[in-house]
Amino acid sequence: MLINVPETVVADALRGMAAAHPELTVDVENRVIVRRDAPVAGQVALVSGGGSGHEPLHGGFVGPGMLSAACPGEVFTSPVPDQMVRAAAAVDSGAGVLFVVKNYTGDVLNFDMAAELAEDEGIQVAKVLVNDDVAVTDSLYTAGRRGTGATLFVEKIAGAAAREGRPLEQVEAIARRVNDGSRSFGVALSPVTTPAKGSPTFDLPAGELELGIGIHGEPGRERRPMMTSGEIAEAAVDAVLTDLAPRNPVLVLVNGMGATPLLELYGFNAEVQRVLGSRGVAVARTLVGNYVTSLDMAGASVTLCEIDEELLGLWDAPVSTPGLRWGM
Amino acid sequence: MLDADFFRRWMTATTALVDRDAERLTALDSPIGDADHGSNLQRGFTAVATALEKDAPDTPGAVLVLAGRQLISTVGGASGPLYGTLLRRTGKALGDAAEVSAEQLAEALRAGVDAVRTLGGAAPGDKTMVDALVPAVDALGDSFAAAGAAAAEGAEATTPLQARKGRASYLGERSVGHQDPGATSSALLFEALKETAGE
Repeated sequence: MLINVPETVVADALRGMAAAHPELTVDVENRVIVRRDAPVAGQVALVSGGGSGHEPLHGGFVGPGMLSAACPGEVFTSPVPDQMVRAAAAVDSGAGVLFVVKNYTGDVLNFDMAAELAEDEGIQVAKVLVNDDVAVTDSLYTAGRRGTGATLFVEKIAGAAAREGRPLEQVEAIARRVNDGSRSFGVALSPVTTPAKGSPTFDLPAGELELGIGIHGEPGRERRPMMTSGEIAEAAVDAVLTDLAPRNPVLVLVNGMGATPLLELYGFNAEVQRVLGSRGVAVARTLVGNYVTSLDMAGASVTLCEIDEELLGLWDAPVSTPGLRWGM
Repeated sequence: MLDADFFRRWMTATTALVDRDAERLTALDSPIGDADHGSNLQRGFTAVATALEKDAPDTPGAVLVLAGRQLISTVGGASGPLYGTLLRRTGKALGDAAEVSAEQLAEALRAGVDAVRTLGGAAPGDKTMVDALVPAVDALGDSFAAAGAAAAEGAEATTPLQARKGRASYLGERSVGHQDPGATSSALLFEALKETAGE
């Protein structure tokens, strides 16, 4: 691993981020990344956060047209309420703050506590929960569907709505629409090695893959002998389509888990587009790359988001962050 | 009767046990979690020990409230709010008495465990920390030693269960056959209590 010691990986990365991105204010000690021009008068602010190890999510999505601030936790561990309250106070212009929360028990509990504390400080807070992963059945017997690739769609589209100056309840409603229309499914070709543990979190022999994995190195629901890119695309797209029957065009995110080369991801995207075509799903826009990663895991996830004209306009709106940039 | 010093020693003993077992907790968290439970709790309880040295609260309740706040501010994940709430609510239930009885501690811990169950939504049998906490509190009426043993048994009894809350629940049936790391660390809290009481 390209690190000094496991204890300082997050702080080291934040110092490097500060050096590379003068347009961001990176508070290494308190672990908050804020756009330098915050608070922006008249605009709702978006704050997100989560465990580290998913970069560029979330810190790499801070900037005009997307997040106002991000709170990185320890590797795969949600941040603490103190970080979120500090971030909210730094970015609130008086128009209110939207917390974008991935559905994991830790993230939910810490953001809930932070929302209460921020409201005590007079900050108006709304929350949207991202839960797009169809590999987890949303039932009383699980913690509910995980938040994965749709987080990027929610942060981009709600961020554009905030930049247009829309009020908090509208930005929140748009974020919720994006999440409701999004579903994801991921596969792993290799396990993850966390800096703290130093060895793979589970044993996955070469020649086998895990279907339905999350982004924290946990194994998936099912293990199978290695499949081709085309077969994996069919499995992933069909898993998504069991829970989403789009009548409108979709946004497609073909997301790398961290250790899969772009060459393979583009090849995989060709297969995903082929399967979508054969299932009668129209594609409005496609994004390919490593956006919601899981350290050094090899593999990919597919996220579809059913959209309308309004959401497509917000998706196409300019954005300028370290991890996503177009139109400005 | 138990005074603030007893509670400080309880927290220090817990810190030592978390240090001792950190690698084991992380190992248990690997197959059904994300391999960081030991290191996360170690960070939290180290902060608790430091805070209690710097600012020595003079009532049992204040010791636990301070410890709980430290955990919420330093651990993150689900463990931070859950352990933090357990200690904070227990501390609040103890009020500002300078000394409390074992019975009062048992009653306060029950309030703390109830708060954990409300916050996390877990019931006994869901393969969570609740599976160690509930039997421990039930046994606390007998002795600290009985509570320690009940917590350890409760943690071991999570092995055949299928997880219904938290990250292990994502694995469905594949979570069966692994001891729950949260229940295991919860048992340390009661092992430390037993040690502190000299039982």
